[in-house]
Amino acid sequence: MIDTHTYVVYVEDRPGVLNRVASLFRRRGFNIESLTVGHTERPGISRMTIAVKADRTDAQRIEAHLYKLVNVISVEDITTAPSVLRDLAMIKVAATQESRGEVMQLVEVFRARVVDVAPDSLVIEITGTEDKIDSLIEVLRPYGVIEMVRTGRVAITRGTKNGAATAGARSSARLSDDAGVSHSV
Amino acid sequence: MKLTGAQILWECLVREGVSTVFGYPGGAILPAYDAMLDYPIRHVLVRHEQGATHMADGYARASGKVGVAVATSGPGATNMVTGIATAMMDSSPIVCITGQVGSHLIGYDAFQETDITGVTLPITKHNYLVTRPEDIAPAIREAVYIAAHGRPGPVLIDITKDAQQRSCELDWDGAVPRPHKRPERRPHPDDYARALALIDQAKRPLILGGHGIMLSGAMKVVREFAERAHIPVAMTLLGIGGFPASHPLNLGMMGMHGEAWVNTAIQEADLLLAFGMRFDDRVTGNLKTYAPNAKKVHIEIDPAEINKNVRVDVAIVGDLRNVLEELLPHVAEGDRSEWLDWIASLKGDSAVRDIQNMPDSGHLYAAHVVHDLWHATDGSALVVTDVGQHQMWEAQYYKHEHPRSLITSGGLGTMGFALPAAIGAKIARPDAEVWAVVGDGGFQMTMAELGTIAQERLDINIAIINNGYLGMVRQWQEFFYERRYAATPLLNPDFAKLAAAYGLTGATVMKRPDVIPAVQAARAHRGTVVIDFQVEQEDSVFPMVPAGADLHAMIRRPSASPIVETSADP
Repeated sequence: MIDTHTYVVYVEDRPGVLNRVASLFRRRGFNIESLTVGHTERPGISRMTIAVKADRTDAQRIEAHLYKLVNVISVEDITTAPSVLRDLAMIKVAATQESRGEVMQLVEVFRARVVDVAPDSLVIEITGTEDKIDSLIEVLRPYGVIEMVRTGRVAITRGTKNGAATAGARSSARLSDDAGVSHSV
Repeated sequence: MKLTGAQILWECLVREGVSTVFGYPGGAILPAYDAMLDYPIRHVLVRHEQGATHMADGYARASGKVGVAVATSGPGATNMVTGIATAMMDSSPIVCITGQVGSHLIGYDAFQETDITGVTLPITKHNYLVTRPEDIAPAIREAVYIAAHGRPGPVLIDITKDAQQRSCELDWDGAVPRPHKRPERRPHPDDYARALALIDQAKRPLILGGHGIMLSGAMKVVREFAERAHIPVAMTLLGIGGFPASHPLNLGMMGMHGEAWVNTAIQEADLLLAFGMRFDDRVTGNLKTYAPNAKKVHIEIDPAEINKNVRVDVAIVGDLRNVLEELLPHVAEGDRSEWLDWIASLKGDSAVRDIQNMPDSGHLYAAHVVHDLWHATDGSALVVTDVGQHQMWEAQYYKHEHPRSLITSGGLGTMGFALPAAIGAKIARPDAEVWAVVGDGGFQMTMAELGTIAQERLDINIAIINNGYLGMVRQWQEFFYERRYAATPLLNPDFAKLAAAYGLTGATVMKRPDVIPAVQAARAHRGTVVIDFQVEQEDSVFPMVPAGADLHAMIRRPSASPIVETSADP
């Protein structure tokens, strides 16, 4: 069964690492839905959130292939882990004097924010799951979406566990079953 | 004491145990070449940088040590691409060092600038762009480590000219490879138990032996394992030599041109034990019908290979030797005589089709040449083959008893590999009797390296299996394209004269009785001999599983009909 898998990947913050990760997905024929990258609480280490459509076997192969990249520190498939997934969008929507009030009400309902007001348009900022953002866009579409930008998915697991800290500590791993993978250089 | 980046490069390579490099100088690598003269390094000047990478590859495969190739920026670096991809596909540990334009010029399309780390990103295990002398030692030490550890492979280090020229302190200890935090590679005990249970229950088990046997040094334990459990062993092309050919449990090669009884046995097996192999499409044929009755146990160092092509029942990720050494004491002693007898009964059908057993028509066949070469060299030569028909005939008819006695380009199928790889192999093992067995097509791709052989005064023997065609492509055209021989006939030079032009010895053989004397003369001769074996032009490699076909759907050599007639010269 093909699902969207979400990976949290810690990588060394070095030139070309993003290229290495992106190139891996391209040449192995895995299709990235979204990829975000940013700094972490630790200097010199970046964190990627990668969303990919894959079946279970491919999902395991993706994890194994990521580990073959020397600059990758840890990989965690958090698809089934309790976690918070967020996307951020900024949407420029046409809003005349007549329609502005209605649009503002929708913004309110979705708990989004208006971050810029111009005579003919508004810029709306929304943070939430991709579903929620999709819904807002859907209801805004009749007013005229002029421009839009989305960050792609970022994700973090719930609770105190740190994925990066625990990923390196597994002492045994199996591939023929569900529980994780083991890795070579 | 401060050293230049170039000095650090050689200092580190020497300390890492490198004594020989294969290379070609040029502008951006000149500082390194200048510094090289002060270090105990044997530099082999190649005729083309592709040759340097194949030599490093041959060196690595023959010795198990890391091979090193050096080239300049731009075209020097891009010429390495084929050799790097070859090493990547066949898990061969090489380190390629390229010069790069000065760091201030990078990105400005400077003369001989190429983004070689970008170009080689998908065909290296890892690569580095080094722009500061301080980063050279860490890059070298880590590159050597990465190339040789885990699943081996190529690593490239691109060093800017200014990084070679500038100076800094060499911090050897500080340059120790960074510890890569990885989940530990220890198989789960349950998987051992499940594998052992499957082995215990199996009535028709088969070991599929791959390149991993050599890479992990598992020859002894594989043999003990097979003998104890009484399980026959089939080899992949790169597995050949990992299990002695003369051993009663060795069935021979599997796959597209594997022995018919091997492929039949795979299809009938109830258990496949895959040892350090990756179920390449040339091995499996149609995946949907591959070994339909067999449970599969995969022992493999690279987790990315698990369930890639063939879904397995038990996967044990780890170094093959370590895993087998853990398993061996728990393997039940078996008696699979019934299964072995059944497989042996299949061989009669192949024997009547074997070219060796057919009446002598007076024609010289490639299989004759390889068979006689095997005979004349007591099966003890280190054979390096190119790619195509001769490669398959060699795999079928040269019986390899020892690991690292067959070096060939398997995964990438790189024509032009044999001659330079044989040079690397000979330099790695000067006492070995090295034979390059090469087709007339592939030989001409890299035959400029005869110049390297002459300059280095090497003693390599070269058997050109000359059928005047790009033979394997011609065979496909015969089978699948109605004998429309598009662009496969070759007009060849006189190879014996070509050898003579380089100051080497040449010979031409056209009749079967002349094969063994020519081989013996070459063996007795000090120095390289090129033998042009002019063989039957339109012979084909049998059996053949057409690409993507079921493994048991082999095209066989007709048993009763006379041998294919010799065609007119092209």
